[in-house]
Amino acid sequence: MMKRMLAVWHARNLEFVRDRGTLIFTILLPLTLIVGMSFVFGGKERALFKVGVLVQDLKTVSHPFLKERYVDFVAAPDRDAAIRKVARHEMDLLLDSQGTPPRYWVNTTSPKGYIVEKLLLESDRTAQRQPVTGDAVRYVDWLFPGILGMNMMFSCLFGVGYVVLRYRKTGFLKRLHATPLSAFEFLSAQVLSRLCLTLGITIILYVGVSNIIHFHSAGSLLLLFGIGLLGALSLIALGLTVAARFSAEELVGGLLNVLTWPMMLLSGIWFSLEGSPQWVQAIAKIFPLTHVLDAARAVMLDGAGFTQIAPSLGYLAVTTLIFLVFGAWSFRWRVD
Amino acid sequence: MRIPILEVRNLVKQYAAVTAVDGVSFAVSEGVCFGLLGPNGAGKTTTIEIMEGILAPTAGEVRYRGGPVGRNFREAAGILFQKTALQDFLTIRQSLALFRGLYARGMEVDEVIRLCALEKLQDRDTRKLSGGQQQRLLLAIALVNDPAVLFLDEPTTGLDPQARRNFWELVQSIKARRKTIILTTHYMEEAELLCDEIAIMDRGKIIAQGAPRDLLRQHFAEVLLELPRQQLPPAARELSLRLIEAGDRIEITTNDLDGTLRQLMDAQVPLKELRIRPPNLEDLFLELTGKELRA
Repeated sequence: MMKRMLAVWHARNLEFVRDRGTLIFTILLPLTLIVGMSFVFGGKERALFKVGVLVQDLKTVSHPFLKERYVDFVAAPDRDAAIRKVARHEMDLLLDSQGTPPRYWVNTTSPKGYIVEKLLLESDRTAQRQPVTGDAVRYVDWLFPGILGMNMMFSCLFGVGYVVLRYRKTGFLKRLHATPLSAFEFLSAQVLSRLCLTLGITIILYVGVSNIIHFHSAGSLLLLFGIGLLGALSLIALGLTVAARFSAEELVGGLLNVLTWPMMLLSGIWFSLEGSPQWVQAIAKIFPLTHVLDAARAVMLDGAGFTQIAPSLGYLAVTTLIFLVFGAWSFRWRVD
Repeated sequence: MRIPILEVRNLVKQYAAVTAVDGVSFAVSEGVCFGLLGPNGAGKTTTIEIMEGILAPTAGEVRYRGGPVGRNFREAAGILFQKTALQDFLTIRQSLALFRGLYARGMEVDEVIRLCALEKLQDRDTRKLSGGQQQRLLLAIALVNDPAVLFLDEPTTGLDPQARRNFWELVQSIKARRKTIILTTHYMEEAELLCDEIAIMDRGKIIAQGAPRDLLRQHFAEVLLELPRQQLPPAARELSLRLIEAGDRIEITTNDLDGTLRQLMDAQVPLKELRIRPPNLEDLFLELTGKELRA
């Protein structure tokens, strides 16, 4: 029995080790995750309060309050957007340190705002209070778009990636290649099929969950549908770039994980990246899911209109095009 | 002279260190069943896949009705690969409808189901078919566009004898519709039964070509005698006979049966297990290459 087991064990090990692509990704994925998470969660001690400062770059201002510990100071160049965050308890206080006298906005119903206001007045008694009112955004409301987006991401990337891979491995793609079907037609059909499925499921989840948690979108549902449509297209096209060429299941699995995990951590599914280093935010902006969630939250929580989310929609449209062109260019019908 | 429906000119396919197809040329007339015969690795599948437009040749060309083969040829070709998996969770009828939808013209799905005797199985999941049923479905898919040229790449490999015979009957009924068929096989019986013309390939080259009967007539005398190898004493090898060793048998070809038998009896060769039969394509391959076809 041991001999047989050893023979199979040895053969499987050889198979795994000789599949270089898979081996590299097996090592690279956890390494990337550890390094990435250490940057996102590591570094400075965790802050208790979040304070926005009305400035482009924090380095350009000095104010005694900015030296306080356990306060996360973030640059807030857009005053209206920042005040909206204070109203929704997403920011505990907003400071305009350059005014004479300095002004600050605080939500009169926020307990954290109450404490952080005391800290500010300890360091600067001249600061003028600008009261703001508004109910807190429940975490579940904030999380809701994130969960929908995450589900969409997995459905698009793995749904397309593994299906095309299986078709190629079994020779079904080769058989289709023998027909007048072009690569563009095949890929378009896959994209449209997955798009319908993903949008259908997302709509069902949206209706079901929003009823359970009593959520009502502040903005247009049609805009939300547009974000879902473009987001799903971009993510499906991204999945196709991975599935276009490779035939090794473990390699494709590794590549899909390399794409999904950074999005899971950095696209803002679970927590906001506000306050994290600029370069982390810059990396997050590369991912289509970040734009989906930013736009969806802007519409669902803040009632944003088309012009406010147009940059995100534009980014999703452009990435869709880039991924589709690359996918079609690198597409292989058969196992090389 | 009529233009052949398909013509292969100086085809070469080179992979790194291997020349899979090495300067192959032949022409196929319309309505003919043309067989590419040879052992595994002879270059049959590579040749047929280049003809189908699935593989690009390193050199040479394939012409359809006198012109270069383009993407339009896919509308005119029906293909049955050696191995093909179909989409999961579809029935026979749904699989046929899928492929029918990929062509501008073709047969009705009902017609092709009838032609390939799939009526009773049409609602069955394609994953639940036997080997023979699966091949019948793949043949039906190859026929769904009512092709002018049908490529069958080792269509009966792995089938049991009964399923193989059923498949041959199907191919014969398709032949009767004046379809041009390109068939690769290493079953000589299959080639003899179905092919009007054959090309025998070995190591990427065609080593003989023609109608099976003509080829046999060219290369062989009238009859072939078979004896178990151990029954041939060493002295018998000195006789002026044409001997070929084929595994555990010795084959003797002759056009003077009486004279050969007399020689064997004079050499005291036991004739109890002697078999006399006309030569077949298997013998031809052995004669041409010195090795057995399925070796």
